[in-house]
Amino acid sequence: MPCPNDDEESSTFAFVQLDGLMHSEAYNQPVADTSLIACLHCDLLQRLPDIEVGASARCPRCNKELWRRREDSLNRTLALTLAAAVLYVVANSVPMLGLTIVGREASTTVFGGAEHLWQDGQRIVAALVLFTAIVAPALQIGLMLAVVLGGRRERAPRWIGIILRYHPTTRIWSMIEVMMVGVLVALVKIADYATVIPGTALFVLWVLVFILAGMQASFDSREVWDRIQWAADSARHDTAGDRIIEETS
Amino acid sequence: MSPRATTAMQQGLQSCEGCGLLSRPAPGAVEGRCPRCGEELAFRKRASFQRTWAYVIAAAICYIPANVLPVLTTTTAAGAESDTILQGVVLLWSPTGWPLSIIVLVASIIIPSAKILALAYLLITAQRGSEANNEQRVRLYRMVEFIGRWSMVDVFVDTFTAALIQLQPLMSVEPGPGLIFFAAVVVLTMLAVESFDPRLIWDSASPKDGSSKEVTYA
Repeated sequence: MPCPNDDEESSTFAFVQLDGLMHSEAYNQPVADTSLIACLHCDLLQRLPDIEVGASARCPRCNKELWRRREDSLNRTLALTLAAAVLYVVANSVPMLGLTIVGREASTTVFGGAEHLWQDGQRIVAALVLFTAIVAPALQIGLMLAVVLGGRRERAPRWIGIILRYHPTTRIWSMIEVMMVGVLVALVKIADYATVIPGTALFVLWVLVFILAGMQASFDSREVWDRIQWAADSARHDTAGDRIIEETS
Repeated sequence: MSPRATTAMQQGLQSCEGCGLLSRPAPGAVEGRCPRCGEELAFRKRASFQRTWAYVIAAAICYIPANVLPVLTTTTAAGAESDTILQGVVLLWSPTGWPLSIIVLVASIIIPSAKILALAYLLITAQRGSEANNEQRVRLYRMVEFIGRWSMVDVFVDTFTAALIQLQPLMSVEPGPGLIFFAAVVVLTMLAVESFDPRLIWDSASPKDGSSKEVTYA
């Protein structure tokens, strides 16, 4: 088992202490070696091996995937994100489903679904549908675009880190693939009463589901984190000092 | 795995859930901010048991009206008819539609109830300090985390059915009062999963004397 007690004790570190053990605004002191990590599912302390591109490292205790190294992550993710952005715009501007019954026609977009719920008085559910089907996917794509563009710089600006921190949340609540299964079921239900006309958006959304999955799979957040400008800049200098001490001793 | 495995908490180290960086709180502090991304850090998610229980109990309460109240009301010339989720599953059952019927049954009835039970099981065993089946329990947690979003399927089915079938006076479909409770079950269980800290499953496997405060300041 790797020993975490490197030399980080030796550095000086300024912090603000608020009322003893209360939460402080102070920055923690980083471990000298950033390959030393703890599994987020079982807290096991371990050192990330330097793995090959395409390979993944798993926690030996709980089998959580800790890191999968991606090939050419930023470029590939950028390409897929741009494709997703275009598809997203198309998918939300054309009808998704239509039907005809005894000479009458009706059609709806994704937004139209949420809008109708709102008009029916189901405002909270309407907001949830709007959020999971339209807002969260937009954030998922938009924030990813910001990260892969800003993260290309040698020293990624600090705001990239703030976005990257919240990006997983948009991924959890972005539910286009779930919506598509729901639409499929609705389609079969409606087919009992009327002739269903699949809209352009229906096909575009199915493609988008796979592009989004590819976008997430090609992205390697460690690559960006390694280059991010630190919130506590002084801490980074301290760490760098530690590393020099380790190497020279 | 050896029982002597060392955790970050035993070494007084906190890992950032945002960026994964491992760091040590300043001497005298139990919490601080991640020096890389600025996230507030703690050894374990704050009040994880209490918050997760609150969400799970709220979800269990909403689960009842979600299944008893109708989620869709269909109005035709012959009159109005309301369907609960289970009735929707039955209506969908046909020689061609049965696979979708099974999808809705699994996503809307089996997954939400299994999620509530699984979370309650994880909470109880972790709180009692169980040391058995840690691997299986963390795998169960990951399964609940992965599968939870799929319960939203029924919300989308009802949304788009209601949005499309607006052919007054022939036929119209409106969402029913059960829908909001059903949506609440999905959201509450997702929040419960997020507030549960799977590291709590393993804490009892570590030596008892390794409580956070005692090892923080070396």
